[in-house]
Amino acid sequence: MRYIPFILIIISPFLFTGLINKVKAIWAGRKGASVLQPYYDFFKLVRKGEVISKTTSFVFQISSSINIAATIFALMIIPIPFAGSIISLPGDFVLFSYALGLSKFMMILAALDTGSSFEGMGASREATFSTIVETAFFIIMGSLALLTNQISFNAIFSVLNMSAGYTVLVKILLVVSLFIMLLSEGSRLPVDDPNTHLELTMIHEVMILDYSGPDLAFILYATSLKMVIISMLIANLLIPSFLTLAEALPLFAFILFLVFMVVGFVESLIARLRISHVPQFIFLMTALSLTAFAVIAFFLRGGF
Amino acid sequence: MSWIEIKNLQSVALHDIPRLKVEVLRDQLIEKIRSGKRLVQFFGDKDNGDVVLYAIAADDNSSKLFIASTKFTSQKEYQSITPEIPSAHLFEREFFEQYKIKPEGHPWLKPLRKGIAGVDSSEIPYEFFSMKGEEVHEVGVGPIHAGIIEPGHFRFSCHGEKIYHLEIKLGFQHRGVEYLFVKNNARPLYLQKLSESIAGDTVIGHSGTFARAIESLSNTSIPRRAKLIRTIALELERMAIHLGDLSALSNDVGYLTGNSVFGALRTRIINTTMAICGNRFGRSLIIPGGVNFDISPELGEKISSTVNQVNDETALAAEVLFSSASVLERFEKTGVVDKATAIEIGMVGPSARASGVALDIRSDHPFGAYEFFPVHKLTLDSGDVFARSYIRFIEIQQSVKIINDQLGNFTEGETNKPVQPLEPNRLVVSLVEGWRGEIAHVIITGNDNKIKRIKIKDPSFHNWFAVSLSVRDEGISDFPLCNKSFNLSYSGFDL
Repeated sequence: MRYIPFILIIISPFLFTGLINKVKAIWAGRKGASVLQPYYDFFKLVRKGEVISKTTSFVFQISSSINIAATIFALMIIPIPFAGSIISLPGDFVLFSYALGLSKFMMILAALDTGSSFEGMGASREATFSTIVETAFFIIMGSLALLTNQISFNAIFSVLNMSAGYTVLVKILLVVSLFIMLLSEGSRLPVDDPNTHLELTMIHEVMILDYSGPDLAFILYATSLKMVIISMLIANLLIPSFLTLAEALPLFAFILFLVFMVVGFVESLIARLRISHVPQFIFLMTALSLTAFAVIAFFLRGGF
Repeated sequence: MSWIEIKNLQSVALHDIPRLKVEVLRDQLIEKIRSGKRLVQFFGDKDNGDVVLYAIAADDNSSKLFIASTKFTSQKEYQSITPEIPSAHLFEREFFEQYKIKPEGHPWLKPLRKGIAGVDSSEIPYEFFSMKGEEVHEVGVGPIHAGIIEPGHFRFSCHGEKIYHLEIKLGFQHRGVEYLFVKNNARPLYLQKLSESIAGDTVIGHSGTFARAIESLSNTSIPRRAKLIRTIALELERMAIHLGDLSALSNDVGYLTGNSVFGALRTRIINTTMAICGNRFGRSLIIPGGVNFDISPELGEKISSTVNQVNDETALAAEVLFSSASVLERFEKTGVVDKATAIEIGMVGPSARASGVALDIRSDHPFGAYEFFPVHKLTLDSGDVFARSYIRFIEIQQSVKIINDQLGNFTEGETNKPVQPLEPNRLVVSLVEGWRGEIAHVIITGNDNKIKRIKIKDPSFHNWFAVSLSVRDEGISDFPLCNKSFNLSYSGFDL
């Protein structure tokens, strides 16, 4: 029973990317592809053969597998209300962050392995942006640890109750901050444009240009799953711990749905940032989480 | 001896064109350009084994064109004009490639197009400009691109994300268009089809330019109704491409709303062109002597109501686009070409007008119906991506007005006249303001009343260098946006 929500999450990511595409299509006045389209693409890719560049080494071939494994591992650390997480240990958010870090590191290595100047450029951008994201993520988790006096995801979210007083402000700051993380890690607008065909402007897309077949399918899956993972963090943050099982789980699913709807709206309504301005946008995440941290520290000391 | 003075579409006998010494031609051309004239054409022609070089300069204020020529018999070099007149840069490279007469002291002498007939490309090796220094790197893009883009090679010299220099190598689409014109000069229908294929996005522009040149050489005066239909078609083409560009510019900054709305509007305009002639890009519409298809009163009303509706909806969409902070952040101060540079390198068309250069052939060297409907020249000052986008929007509105004017002034009558044989040994310059800018065809006829030499210039020929300059000091990720804001033709350049 405990694993059912986990299994549902494992099979859901493409549904959410399909949802983003559907929202965008409707905004653009088109009917759009079915929300299941990413699944069809996935199975099509899995059945295909692979073309591997002769200039690459074994790094290129193992990267996508490590990427997907590390991402699923990261998912196992994130709790689902009442079901909890599959792996839980003190300080597990550090493990979580490094699991995501490992997946990114392997993708960057693979991009450099191809020797393409485009992919090197994309890798350099990705590395720069994720450095900023990682720092901000630790400030977010630090704030929550400070607030709850707990040091694992499971423990933090099982006692977290941010529905009164200054914690409402903290909640808003952290949710926005995590949403920026989602846009950055998921390579969505305004950080990256998943639909562009212009190599010079790409970040994530250009790093995976050389991949094809099953490896590409894995990478697409891992990217979608990463977005689901971060939206699960948002959902955990928003769901108060006093809800019953019957209330919490539907609410959890609804929040995931809502987060992806908002991603779709953002992509429909704003243009992409100039790349030189993207770090400023991601630094907003740092600023918001630092503010949240300061607010918590201030009120825990007893306020004014 | 002074240069002979003609007007757009006024043919001149070859023996009336002054033949100067090359040094004199050079000095006088430099003096003309420095006094505010503009280099329109600079090309060679074979004449009994010798090479004749023609130079054509335009005075846009007085609607005059000045022509002179020089002859190279055994001489194989001359002093380059480019160091004095940067806008001669590509013309001299082209002349060198086609006739192997070397401009001494040309700072950038490289092949222009791959595999020109008669020139072994190994004779003049192509060497890219290279930049040295720690952490400097080069990024090569193309000639095969992702998406539906013509082939061209872009070589960036970068430091980190910053572009120091961009070198563009074209010529991959070279089809020998000018050669095909001369080879098939006995097949009028073939020539008309060929002129429609010079640049696929400028069908009306190029086929109209060619047809007007032929009419001038054969002293055919076309019916007024044909002129009106040609004007409507040219403006529809301008509207369609400008709308498509606004859509593509939105796409390049990831702005979904602009991309889809302008894209849908463009379809309505090209479908209007299809309602006139059966082809969305206007193929087969224009023939020397007039047009192939008439516009009935009912069709006229349909055109009018469509363009007016599109005009209203474009205004709404443009208001949203140009007031969106996230879009302006990308457009403004990106890819700036200032006015002095624009004039120096000889930019033309909306891109030049966006940099503040008041140059519009419809007004400066009027042709067809524009002689009776003066066009107000629109200019903007900032010369950035924003200006090049916004000028497209205001030109769409202007085109709607022109189309409505034409539809309101329809006269009864024929739509075409038979064309007489061309007069021998004459030269004509045909200038048309296509949507991208000045299209210039020069035709020289031989003794046999046929085309002996045609020189075609798509506006892209002038503007490609502007793309290089506009991206200097910009981030490499902004290159696609800058490039799209010019939207130049590869095939129009490569010929």
